[in-house]
Amino acid sequence: MSTAPSDSAQPVLRLSGITKRFGALVANDAIDLTLERGEVVALLGENGAGKTTLMNILFGHYVADEGSVTAFGQPIAPGDPRAALDAGIGMVHQHFTLADNMTVLENIALGTQSAWSWRFDRRGARARIAELARDFGLAVDPDKPVSALAVGERQRVEILKALYREARILILDEPTAVLTPGETEALFRTLKLLVAKGLSIIFISHKLNEVMAVSDRVVVLRGGKVAGERVTDETTRQELAALMVGREIVLPQAEPRAPGPVLLELTGVSTNGEGTQLDDVSLELRAGVITGLAGVSGNGQGAIADLLSGMIAPSGGTMVVAGERITEWSPRDALARGIARIPEDRHAVGSIADMSVMENVISERYRDPQFSRRGLVDWHAARAFAEKLVRDYEVKCPSPDARIRLLSGGNMQKLILGRALDPQPVVILANQPTRGLDIGAVSYVHERLIEARDRGAAVLLISEDLDEVLRLSDRVHVISKGRLTPAFARGERSLAQLGELMAGHGMENAA
Amino acid sequence: MRLEAKPRPSMAMLVLYPVGAVAVTLVVTSLLVLAAGASPLPVFVLVAKGAAGSQFALLETLTRATPLIFTGLAVAVAFRAKLWNIGAEAQLYIGGVVTVVLGTGALPLPAPILIPVIMIAVMVAGGLMLLGPAILKTRFGVDEVVTTLLLNFIVLLFVSMLLEGVLKDPMGLGWPQSQMVAADARLPRIIQGRRFHYGFVIALVAAFAIWFIMKKTTLGYEMRAVGHNPQAARFAGIPVNGVLMKTALISGGLAALAGFSEVAGLKGNLTLDLSPGFGYTGIVVAMLAMLNPLGVVAAAIFVAGIFVGADAMSRAAGVPSYIADVMVATSLLTMVTAIMLSRYRIRWR
Repeated sequence: MSTAPSDSAQPVLRLSGITKRFGALVANDAIDLTLERGEVVALLGENGAGKTTLMNILFGHYVADEGSVTAFGQPIAPGDPRAALDAGIGMVHQHFTLADNMTVLENIALGTQSAWSWRFDRRGARARIAELARDFGLAVDPDKPVSALAVGERQRVEILKALYREARILILDEPTAVLTPGETEALFRTLKLLVAKGLSIIFISHKLNEVMAVSDRVVVLRGGKVAGERVTDETTRQELAALMVGREIVLPQAEPRAPGPVLLELTGVSTNGEGTQLDDVSLELRAGVITGLAGVSGNGQGAIADLLSGMIAPSGGTMVVAGERITEWSPRDALARGIARIPEDRHAVGSIADMSVMENVISERYRDPQFSRRGLVDWHAARAFAEKLVRDYEVKCPSPDARIRLLSGGNMQKLILGRALDPQPVVILANQPTRGLDIGAVSYVHERLIEARDRGAAVLLISEDLDEVLRLSDRVHVISKGRLTPAFARGERSLAQLGELMAGHGMENAA
Repeated sequence: MRLEAKPRPSMAMLVLYPVGAVAVTLVVTSLLVLAAGASPLPVFVLVAKGAAGSQFALLETLTRATPLIFTGLAVAVAFRAKLWNIGAEAQLYIGGVVTVVLGTGALPLPAPILIPVIMIAVMVAGGLMLLGPAILKTRFGVDEVVTTLLLNFIVLLFVSMLLEGVLKDPMGLGWPQSQMVAADARLPRIIQGRRFHYGFVIALVAAFAIWFIMKKTTLGYEMRAVGHNPQAARFAGIPVNGVLMKTALISGGLAALAGFSEVAGLKGNLTLDLSPGFGYTGIVVAMLAMLNPLGVVAAAIFVAGIFVGADAMSRAAGVPSYIADVMVATSLLTMVTAIMLSRYRIRWR
């Protein structure tokens, strides 16, 4: 398009007419994409727009039904994962693919030499890594085990790994999902250095502000098709959002309300278990208040969610729910006290994939007289309840008998939301309630949470999406290394200050 | 090569794949029959006749199916909750021991009371046999496949010890066998002069009861939920460990009933060859039935028919009756493959 650099060199990567069908579903429909030398192209789209399918075709995991891929003028053999690597294309996955128990050096060099050669040229590898790290601002200690690295450092190792394999084209899949604002900026600086050296980058994202900040050109996918292509400098966030969704979406904003009584209170609570645990955490959830918990993943959010869900009990400190100090604590106790739980992982924890919609919606309440009498399940009542939720929560689902795994992520989440909110809970735990959802479903979930708050429920919103936390929450805590900052009122701290706190700086004097 | 999920099996597939599975089984076993020097078609006809060609053959098949229904149900219930009970054989023998201990005059009760009392005791004993491994699994993470499998050997040696010791029939001419159980503890024959006994009726009742539990009760719902996804079940407030304990009691109890039925209905006493591997064959039966309790009845009759039919065929055609083991094993493999093919399609890149 008009964006091609003035020199007449051919594009480094060209995908033409890529079509991929899964049964009746057309995941990619005649997609054209070109990437020039020294350019960052953002691939923008909601979940299910076809971004992942397209990249899987590029990397030979799927074979396209139609279309072809050429890199540096050479066609890439379809269906061969090595072909893309050999052609100089490197990918940094959303979930890192590093071996935890090995050092940075070993991880980077791993697999670059024949499995039959017993000699490993450690010195040569170290020199090359040092050179790459210097050139691109990717400082890491090559002898540290990967398990000792922070998330941002791990990502740098992934990028180094691709560069070590002489990648000329880098594909980054949702690279900022796990980063703090500060780490995100550092990543963007590295990307600028890379393109300045002539590399080309495809940046996959659904976050508009990042796309605006880092890309030269934006390709928007919607429903498997290219919905539009824009030069970043000539477009706006609003235009891109409209292209991505196909209509205008306004995310709801929560208007503050007068806080009510304390419904759940943690005082000096600690927990024992795997992963980052809570350390002397105090927290108040009040009626009519959405309390947001901002933080980088893995800083104790899991523990606090498990605690409120009833999956673990506190090992120290006190927990008071609705004025009553908790001694016995299990998921069933939590439910009995009116705590609704929206779990982080709706596939593995929130639902039972191979059971029907009807069976899933009663999973928390099958012992209620409404759904069973004398040990016999009332399947008529269960079916009626499933139909009611499907109707009230606008779930698209073929029938109450359909296995829940057939539902899309958004519809599954709406059903889980309905299951949680239908009994009019007093406390709502929403752990990453919109992760991976398209923007329409995000707005729906937000509306329902605000509605529940306005009805007088106390909501704890845990999210790694700082925008989401700030937009919905009346009060915000930052969680870092298992500790909480005191609550900040809406607008009391700037984004940059919160970012510092999320990175664990200044927790001591945050108050 | 990779597997891609198919949207939903059509009706034609559901019929076609099992038929195909049987056809493949016949082809594979034909080769072995040929190798044994006989021609396949007459051999298969002899097997079919031997299994269901006369009233005698049919009743013999149903008699053989009876313990397989019990062990098949035991396995189906446990596997549904992903409790891998490989120890139905041990539970069966414990059922036999309890039947003999209580049925040889220890309880002077009339038959209508004695038989239910023995059945309850048998089920409790069998259930406890599986409760141990279930507790080890939930408390300490000990793999129940290992514990239940090894218990089979321990229990068989234990029974051997009993039959050489306290349970040995003083009138048994030195054979390792127990006394015969009293007439009041025997299950009556359904047809006079045939071996076919009321154990079969109890097995049918058990199959319906299990079907009802799995389909209609909260316990069945809990067992299925725990089997499909224990993590999600726990999150939803289902007491996962408690459900596994109840599953163990039911599964062990069912397997023990197989021992009761064989002793009280067929053999009359306990010997070390009470079961020619009914506990293990129960796994095959349950898998063929896709863990459906009513399907277990059909699968047990099918498997029993092959064994009974092959015995008859072997006498007439001179082909070793081991062919039955091959047929059952092959039919399991082809069936499992057919089930997989009805859900997934294979892509050769």
